[in-house]
Amino acid sequence: MTLAAKSDGLDRRHAVRELLRARGESLVVSGLGSPTYDTFAAGDHDGNMYLWGAMGGAALVGLGLALAQPRRPVLVITGDGEELMGLGGLATIAVKKPANLTLVVLDNGRYGETGGQESHTALGVDLHRVAAAIGFPSAVELREISQVADYGREIAKAAGGPRYASIRIAPGSPPRALPARDGVYLKNRFRAHLGFRVE
Amino acid sequence: MTNDPAWPREIFQALKQADVRQASYVPDAGHGRLIELLQADPEIQATPLTTEEEGVALAAGAWLGGQRAVLLLQSSGVGNCINMLSLAASCRFPLLMLVTMRGEWAEFNPWQIPMGRATPDVLESMGVTAVRVDAPEDAGEVVAAAAAAAFAGDQAMAVLLSQRLIGRKQWEAR
Repeated sequence: MTLAAKSDGLDRRHAVRELLRARGESLVVSGLGSPTYDTFAAGDHDGNMYLWGAMGGAALVGLGLALAQPRRPVLVITGDGEELMGLGGLATIAVKKPANLTLVVLDNGRYGETGGQESHTALGVDLHRVAAAIGFPSAVELREISQVADYGREIAKAAGGPRYASIRIAPGSPPRALPARDGVYLKNRFRAHLGFRVE
Repeated sequence: MTNDPAWPREIFQALKQADVRQASYVPDAGHGRLIELLQADPEIQATPLTTEEEGVALAAGAWLGGQRAVLLLQSSGVGNCINMLSLAASCRFPLLMLVTMRGEWAEFNPWQIPMGRATPDVLESMGVTAVRVDAPEDAGEVVAAAAAAAFAGDQAMAVLLSQRLIGRKQWEAR
């Protein structure tokens, strides 16, 4: 069993803060649960779309956005459980090959919102190897905070993707940091950030 | 069944008129011609999906980025979309689904019948307005009206293309 190896992960809030420190023009979609809280805790931003549901859909929201905004870096930050629910979406992204899209999975091998039950990644599934096999030209696993900071600078360039990264984080939930939950508000705020009129 | 009916092109023209720039689909015989037209258009990003709910999320992302999207699916795929339709409902995202119906007209495969029968109710239960097309000459106009309601009115819309319109599936040797 690989559980012992997975318990020594990074602090999730620290990792997401470093990932976003040099975000530049990046547009960010966060998956429901802790990745949404982590993204908000790193600093609220009009170019963040926080998902509170739609489990399995974060990466595909990112794909639609990346295709619509090919000059902007698009970063999806989600969890292992959320990504496992939409694994077929990795194939869809690999087929479209958006150079400006990066999918980052915060992997603690746990369903944090529901009590910390083990996910498939705690039981032997390596998502970055799945992403590589399915056709992502770049698929890595990051274990050191310096790697995360370097990666954050790299993905702000809107080229070289689609990229996939698993960041190994420690189990456990930091204090909740809750962004707005109103979807219409979040949608309109995001579109206004891109200069679209909200009517 | 005619080999090249006019209605797929009329739907395509309605989508072009509505400035649809992204189209996603799970392959389907009834949508075959329309998918070819969408794939061939250089102004449209055509995305094949592994399962239909991906297209609901994809359309939301497209709208966030300022583009209009359409999702092509079969009635069986409506069932796959149920929870993802929460995204359209919660954020009031425009959504335009074109659903080819199975299980209702000279259906050969009984396994298609339960989801075909449930499709209108499932859509309505999740906040999607379903409008039906039975006559081929209505297809373009109904899709244009649904696109207007979706993209100008921020509604989730599904156009149900009846199995009679699409034609009987050919089960005999080809």
